[in-house]
Amino acid sequence: MNRFDYVRPTTVAEAIQALGSDASARFIAGGTNLVDLMKYNVEKPGRLIDITRLPLGGIAEHEGGLRIGTLVSNADLAYDARIQTRYPLLSSALLAGASAQLRNAASTGGNLNQRTRCYYFYDEGTPCNKREPGSGCPAIGGVNRIHAIFGASEACIATNPSDMCVALAALEATVQVTGPDGDRAIAFADYHRLPGDDPSKDNSLKPGEIVLSVDLPARDYGQHHTYLKLRDRLSYAFALVSVAAALELDGRTIKTARLALGGVAHKPWRNVEAEALLQGKPATRESFQAAADLIVAEAKPQSENGFKIELARRAIVRGLEQAAAGTPQNQSDKRIQ
Amino acid sequence: MENAMLIDSGSSGAHAKIGITLTINGEKREIEVAPWTTLLDLLRERLDLTGTKKGCDHGQCGACTVLVNGTRINSCLALAVMKDGAEITTVEGLAGMAQRQGTNTLHPIQEAFVEHDAFQCGYCTPGQLCSSVGLMNEGHAKTREEIREAMSGNICRCGAYTNIIDAIEDVMQGAAR
Repeated sequence: MNRFDYVRPTTVAEAIQALGSDASARFIAGGTNLVDLMKYNVEKPGRLIDITRLPLGGIAEHEGGLRIGTLVSNADLAYDARIQTRYPLLSSALLAGASAQLRNAASTGGNLNQRTRCYYFYDEGTPCNKREPGSGCPAIGGVNRIHAIFGASEACIATNPSDMCVALAALEATVQVTGPDGDRAIAFADYHRLPGDDPSKDNSLKPGEIVLSVDLPARDYGQHHTYLKLRDRLSYAFALVSVAAALELDGRTIKTARLALGGVAHKPWRNVEAEALLQGKPATRESFQAAADLIVAEAKPQSENGFKIELARRAIVRGLEQAAAGTPQNQSDKRIQ
Repeated sequence: MENAMLIDSGSSGAHAKIGITLTINGEKREIEVAPWTTLLDLLRERLDLTGTKKGCDHGQCGACTVLVNGTRINSCLALAVMKDGAEITTVEGLAGMAQRQGTNTLHPIQEAFVEHDAFQCGYCTPGQLCSSVGLMNEGHAKTREEIREAMSGNICRCGAYTNIIDAIEDVMQGAAR
């Protein structure tokens, strides 16, 4: 780990000031991703700004939904009674991720801003356009079983590893940030970005900005939802493919459908055309298959991850079936119903 | 004062060490640490509390699990300076915790690990024990399946998982009786 300065502000204004224009400065809260990246020399901050003393914790009622402070731990969020009752999709996705120890330490804002787990990004001995822009992407044509099938570019095929963010995409959360130019709200779909020709940027935060909260809208999909996560082992592994499915039904007719996929793109992957296709249709396997076919039609495999396309197609159908039946995936009993 | 300034003002202290206060296994300690010292390295290298083990050093194996304010975390991914003011319990403190509470010489989970043969080489055991106590403090895991899932952050290369779960179930049932 490199040497760095450490500061511990107690107000948001002090934190932003401490970040200043120093591109090497980083905010730290749980540290579960940043400290790990520092041990691999992927991150070499000149200054760490410990934000754990800022007044950005707690979950509060907000415009009919809930406002989640950026410092709320993944465990506190997953087990919060209001989240479990009103937004069980979010709770389930959180509990599908990481381990109990990591969820106890990791923060909401940190989960939002965690980096990819691409092997090449983590290995400073190899080129990587995300770590070192312009150096190349050895994952293309290399070991890419875990990589993206949607929205990748010639520069980067990395995936976003978060489970929480897949649920937040389906729930259409809003990210509240502040910075040198004041406050702004970012729709969740616009928060993370596709790699394009600048994969060094994971999200749309501007220099100097800090996440204050994640706001959940009133529509909670509390009845018909699931988080279905498929991976190489049944616990404590990143998703090969995951599906956050959220439905509002009128009898057996779909009023609203929201669907986000994890493990397949540089951001939680949504296809609004497929969601629109489901609207007004009967909640049947045929409808779900049509939506799945539409989504995977634009998938593009790498040399080793073609299996993800069929896996995603089937996971979408199964996820929508679980949601429609009101039988969400249990994250302890791993059997897929 | 120099250290306080570093924290308050954000001015560069040329990487100065920073004074922190930790209560470790019931004992209050004032320590100066470099900010890049992990809690794990502080415990092992500075305080001679070598019960907490370094396995992967990347938050993947759970051997370094300790309790911070009663909550289990991976001490390898925690910077010691960020835990200023916290109460830390390591495997060395579990027995003391039990002794303060009553009659046992070992913590009940330690006795249950012995009773159920819940380890072979023992390297993961301090982390398994602290994680087990953290699990019981959390109170979310009720069924055997839920205990298994909630212990998935602790790897045991000897494969003592079945007996580890037996031991935890035993203590949880004892506490419920």
